[in-house]
Amino acid sequence: MVKLLEDKDRIFQNLYGLDDWSLDAARDRGAWLGTAAMLDQGKDWLIDQVKSSGLRGRGGAGFPTGLKWSFMPKEVGNRPHYLVVNADESEPGSCKDRDILRHDPHLLIEGCLVASFAMQAHACYIYVRGEYIQERNRLEAAIKEAYAAGLVGKNACGTGWDFDIYMHHGAGAYICGEETALLESLEGKKGQPRLKPPFPAGAGLYGCPTTVNNVESIAVVPTILRRGVDWWTQFGRDNNKGTKVFSISGHVNKPCNIEEALSIPMKTLLEEYAGGVRGGWDNLKCVIPGGSSVPLLPKEICDTVLMDFDALREHQSGLGTAAVIVMDKSTDVIKAIARLSYFYKHESCGQCTPCREGTGWMWRVMERMVKGEAETSEIDMLLEVSKQVEGHTICALGDAAAWPIQGLIRHFRHEIEERIDNYRANKPIFVQAAE
Amino acid sequence: MSARRLAIRQPAEFALSAKAKKEIGVWVKKYPSDRQRSALIPAMWIAQKDAGGWLPELALRELGDMLDMAYIRVYEVATFYTMFNLEPVGTHYVQMCGTTPCWLRGSDELKAMLTRKIGPQRSITADGKLSWLEVECLGSCSNAPMVQISNGDGDHYYEDLTAESLEQVLDALVAGKKPEQGPRNSRFSSEPEGGAMALTTKNLSKARGTMKKLPNAEKNTKINYYEWDPKHRRATKGGWVDPAVKSSRDPKKRPANDGKDLTGGIIEDEPKKGKPKRATKPVGKKPAVEAKSAKPQVLYTDGATDGVPDDLKLIKGIGPKFEGELNANGVYYFRQIGAWKVADVKVVEEKIKSLATGRVKRDDWVKQGRALAKSALKKGKT
Repeated sequence: MVKLLEDKDRIFQNLYGLDDWSLDAARDRGAWLGTAAMLDQGKDWLIDQVKSSGLRGRGGAGFPTGLKWSFMPKEVGNRPHYLVVNADESEPGSCKDRDILRHDPHLLIEGCLVASFAMQAHACYIYVRGEYIQERNRLEAAIKEAYAAGLVGKNACGTGWDFDIYMHHGAGAYICGEETALLESLEGKKGQPRLKPPFPAGAGLYGCPTTVNNVESIAVVPTILRRGVDWWTQFGRDNNKGTKVFSISGHVNKPCNIEEALSIPMKTLLEEYAGGVRGGWDNLKCVIPGGSSVPLLPKEICDTVLMDFDALREHQSGLGTAAVIVMDKSTDVIKAIARLSYFYKHESCGQCTPCREGTGWMWRVMERMVKGEAETSEIDMLLEVSKQVEGHTICALGDAAAWPIQGLIRHFRHEIEERIDNYRANKPIFVQAAE
Repeated sequence: MSARRLAIRQPAEFALSAKAKKEIGVWVKKYPSDRQRSALIPAMWIAQKDAGGWLPELALRELGDMLDMAYIRVYEVATFYTMFNLEPVGTHYVQMCGTTPCWLRGSDELKAMLTRKIGPQRSITADGKLSWLEVECLGSCSNAPMVQISNGDGDHYYEDLTAESLEQVLDALVAGKKPEQGPRNSRFSSEPEGGAMALTTKNLSKARGTMKKLPNAEKNTKINYYEWDPKHRRATKGGWVDPAVKSSRDPKKRPANDGKDLTGGIIEDEPKKGKPKRATKPVGKKPAVEAKSAKPQVLYTDGATDGVPDDLKLIKGIGPKFEGELNANGVYYFRQIGAWKVADVKVVEEKIKSLATGRVKRDDWVKQGRALAKSALKKGKT
């Protein structure tokens, strides 16, 4: 039996917003405690602690946060440093940052101060996705509270460090979740990703050294420092330490968000918190374990797989943003993936040809596959084209568009073939399984 | 990517309101002085609100002038970002999420309903009140299916929808009402339906104790609680409060110091174990009703004893489901709800688990109940 995370070990104690979000309440939950003491330890200590905690970025790629921080120039030259927080949460399936923004904004603001100090940035921008209008108002209100209490602003927390924090917002472009596109957007341009190098740590926002971090990566830092690296590293397997907010959606009895330790078995996660798969575990068809960009996993793998970066990578999928999209046996999985293909076609920024043309092409072929109106040989062609898109674009959107299709063909090729056969034999192409 | 163009029919005249200009001015100040272009997207959003939900070309030009940008750069941004409507929309603009997580939970039904009720996407109803569009993931996947409805009152998420409940929302909006945002079932936010499975531990939100030092700290810096304020006071909604009074927030929510270590040994218990000071020194308010002593006197266990029960659904926040549950627990009249004290609310929340999310307080049922009871009384007299 897997031991579940206890409430006292959850960082986002107000994830559901059942308590007040404001400064008073946040402080009672432990936010802003000892922040000045953390800053007093110096930036090297901060980066060291985050490094040794093994915290991996929560935005999808899982890059070690402490390492990312250490890429910033050691000394501030003639260009100021910036911290930019990526709250442009638009990955289908993922809705965790929204809860942090609206229900626990002070943990994020505190994290911004600590992270900015560690990277010697006097200014921080939080880029909130455009549709989160209530959330950005909430964040703005929380920032005001923090200014009023002297926690940020001039002489933040009485440490002598001047720190300004600003809320910025986008306007509904998925691509702006990519860090360089986000910076372009923050500069008031179209959100088209930049070529790397130079990396943002060298030339980011306004050409200055910049680090872009996910909301969750930043918001967990103060609590890790308060409770200690040893506390944090007791959760999860090696290289996959800590807790993580999972968003569970799709065919479960009770979709929800939940903070759990990494490396929790997927089955436990779904059954303990989300009321189990609709119609029982055996009714499970497949799961997309980390948001729309990662390949799906069929039930046989879901039975035993652990929810962490490495375990999912072993199965040629990924943890992504830990957005678990569950599909039961009644699902037309080809259509589900075709809908994602449409999403990527819609959200491609149009900069690189393989992605701009490829996403549209793949979507059109997928739509035919949904109807069975295709040649069996086209499955291989589709796979081949997806490989051509993958890795041949400036940013990872091309990869993200290719992976779901590759996952589908890897695990459900027989269904596509069957459908093509049915279409030719004039049989019903898809018979929905009874729930 | 999608090809987006400015509307063919453009108004002959348009100018941003003074209020909008002022708001844009606030945004411009957020960026370094030579980087005012950064304010473009927020400024466009403000302009779109100002122009009634869409962006006429004249508004874009005005923004270009304000931010000292070439017009083409402004058009470029306006056509790139899908939240900018380049054509007029209905008073209530419905954006329905149709991406896979919502699709799995029945967004097709919403789509069919919207097509039936409003017409094809982007069309506006004859009265100009409704229009809709299928959009990509809106980031509320664990509350799928959902829509965002934008109108003069702001932008609201309506979640956990069915075709029926969305239709009810639309009808209410068209009738000039303001339906409550959020999930349409008993959920409050992203917790599982029927009550949270986690974060349920009582007294989790523990009163702050003292922390001696940070774990792994090199320097032994003293942790000073009011370090940011030399006078050791803190700001609250009601103004500055002395640290001796721990908080003016609802004292019921604040747990007594039960001596349990909830924080892994870092945050130690308060040295004083006696009665918390706030109990003797409430901030400017009457002492709240003690939970134990005050038994609720407002629940009728033997059914509706006094004629026809009131239509509790008139209270904002109560739907047929809550009404049924309230009736089952002996609540039939506005005046009962109007008479609830803190302790009563607690009892009701214990009995009806789905209410335990603070709904009663948030929607101010008690005040509403009182008002409705009063008006019912008046009607009875005339």
